[in-house]
Amino acid sequence: MGSDLLLAGHLSLAVVLIVVVKVLVAFVALLVSVLLAIWIERKVISDMQNRIGPNRAGPWGLLQSLADGMKLFFKEDLVPERSDRFVFKLAPYLSVIPAFITFTLVPIGGSVDIFGHHTELQVADPPIGILLLIAMSSISVYGVMLAGWSSGSKYPLLGSVRASAQMISYEAAMGLSIASVVLITGSLSTRDMVTQQLGTFFGFIPHWNLIRLGIIPFVVFIIAITAEVNRPPFDLVEAEQELVGGFHTEYSSIRFALFYLAEYMNTITMSAIMVTMFFGGPDGPDPTFLHWLWPILWFLVKTAIFFVIYVWFRAALPRLRYDQLMDLGWKVLIPVSLAWILVIAAMRVSRPLGFALVLLGFLAALVLTRAISIGHERAGQARIQALPGEEINGDS
Amino acid sequence: MMLAAISIPQLIVFVVAVAIVGVGGVGLLAAKHTVHSALFLVMTLFGVAVLFIEEGAEFLAAVQVIVYAGAIVVLFLFVIMLLGVDRVEVPAFVADRNRIVLAGVGVLAVLVELFYVASGAWSSGAVSQSGSLSAGQNVGVLARSVFTTYVYPFELTGALLVIAVVGAVVLSKRLIGRREVDR
Repeated sequence: MGSDLLLAGHLSLAVVLIVVVKVLVAFVALLVSVLLAIWIERKVISDMQNRIGPNRAGPWGLLQSLADGMKLFFKEDLVPERSDRFVFKLAPYLSVIPAFITFTLVPIGGSVDIFGHHTELQVADPPIGILLLIAMSSISVYGVMLAGWSSGSKYPLLGSVRASAQMISYEAAMGLSIASVVLITGSLSTRDMVTQQLGTFFGFIPHWNLIRLGIIPFVVFIIAITAEVNRPPFDLVEAEQELVGGFHTEYSSIRFALFYLAEYMNTITMSAIMVTMFFGGPDGPDPTFLHWLWPILWFLVKTAIFFVIYVWFRAALPRLRYDQLMDLGWKVLIPVSLAWILVIAAMRVSRPLGFALVLLGFLAALVLTRAISIGHERAGQARIQALPGEEINGDS
Repeated sequence: MMLAAISIPQLIVFVVAVAIVGVGGVGLLAAKHTVHSALFLVMTLFGVAVLFIEEGAEFLAAVQVIVYAGAIVVLFLFVIMLLGVDRVEVPAFVADRNRIVLAGVGVLAVLVELFYVASGAWSSGAVSQSGSLSAGQNVGVLARSVFTTYVYPFELTGALLVIAVVGAVVLSKRLIGRREVDR
């Protein structure tokens, strides 16, 4: 149940070194992929908006993000006079570190032998597994919240209060859809989630959680995750038109770059987590040669597809209003995922019970919508009757 | 006897975690600003989570971070931010004779209790309510004991929490209604 064979038994120096190398490789890979991701995002959005996008630095503008990063490094580092200095400097790290720690959970391939030690291609596989994702996403709330508060200025404060309310609300829906994955895996470990999804139905449909759980947990999860990492269309946190720049208005130079980095790290990590939880992780066709390479390749391709889907969201969808956001979170996603957990649990016990529960749910939903529409009709009639006489008081 | 049972890395982790808990606790009381106090509280909670992991109770550690650090302290911060951002709390503490004596008695009581607990079986993990928390299995062990042996206390606690939430909603609704009447 979720433990790397490498760490079983006595810890030798070689084992410690392997772990350190894995951490370093994962960190560098994540940083490089952030550079590429920013370039891909700008290029794809430019294409969708009929522009050219970055094309000056390097071939096809590939080095643009690197140039931007270096520029930010050498800019003046401003700390506002009314800010809380220590918290102001702490906040960017509280955004970046959870983003990286979440990435360590993701299995990016099968297992390999290094220096006579058998190890999994994954930085860490703790027994609590996916709970670490929930813990880290609740810690990253602090980064945004404290950044806004410590700036000592009103736009960042408004942005950060909004952001933390949004992140806390969507955490519930995210947790519930994760719970359904855990329910069907029987383990919290991400490695177990991936191994459980190997194989196929009838020889050609992949045995992925997307299909085993019905599509609903995945849809809930992708919406909740988009809100959780404050990507468009849920980026009210940094709504330029109303909040200047949101929680990072007062940040400049490398600290601003850290927030930017955290946002993209989060987006990539969440794409990877989605692949792990619902799309079989590194699962895919395996030709007979180069066994270690194919899983990594499949994983990267799937993750890249999800990243491009995020970019597509940004280009295609207008930003939600605050009340729409809260309604979607509390009144749609949480009830739907709760009901779906009931159905999945019933399916685990017995199929007839599960289908009966689905049927019952549909009936209940029908009755409820009918009742609501009748209520609306009556309210409408009452309003019409009230109209000729006098004005209506409120809409009760 | 206890020192012989743990290895050096474990001892280092333990000492560091205890130091984090201690610094967080003292900072929580000593900080001038309420937000800083809340941050020190988070630090303490993290230290306790590390101690849980060292005991092999990984699930409790995760829950500690998710529920306390992730939800409850965030709500504290929310309330602090909404009530007044720039207000610095000035503690009105006067160190008169009675208070010092009372504080001394309190510290003494805690020390005696700590000694009592440390000499019993509870601290060494010999007696555990849910069975031994062997690494990797403890989610299952915990779930089995919560949903079989202790299912009634568990459900009753759940009901109590629901009642509290409903009560909070009722109270806040009534307050809003009264305000409208006043207007």
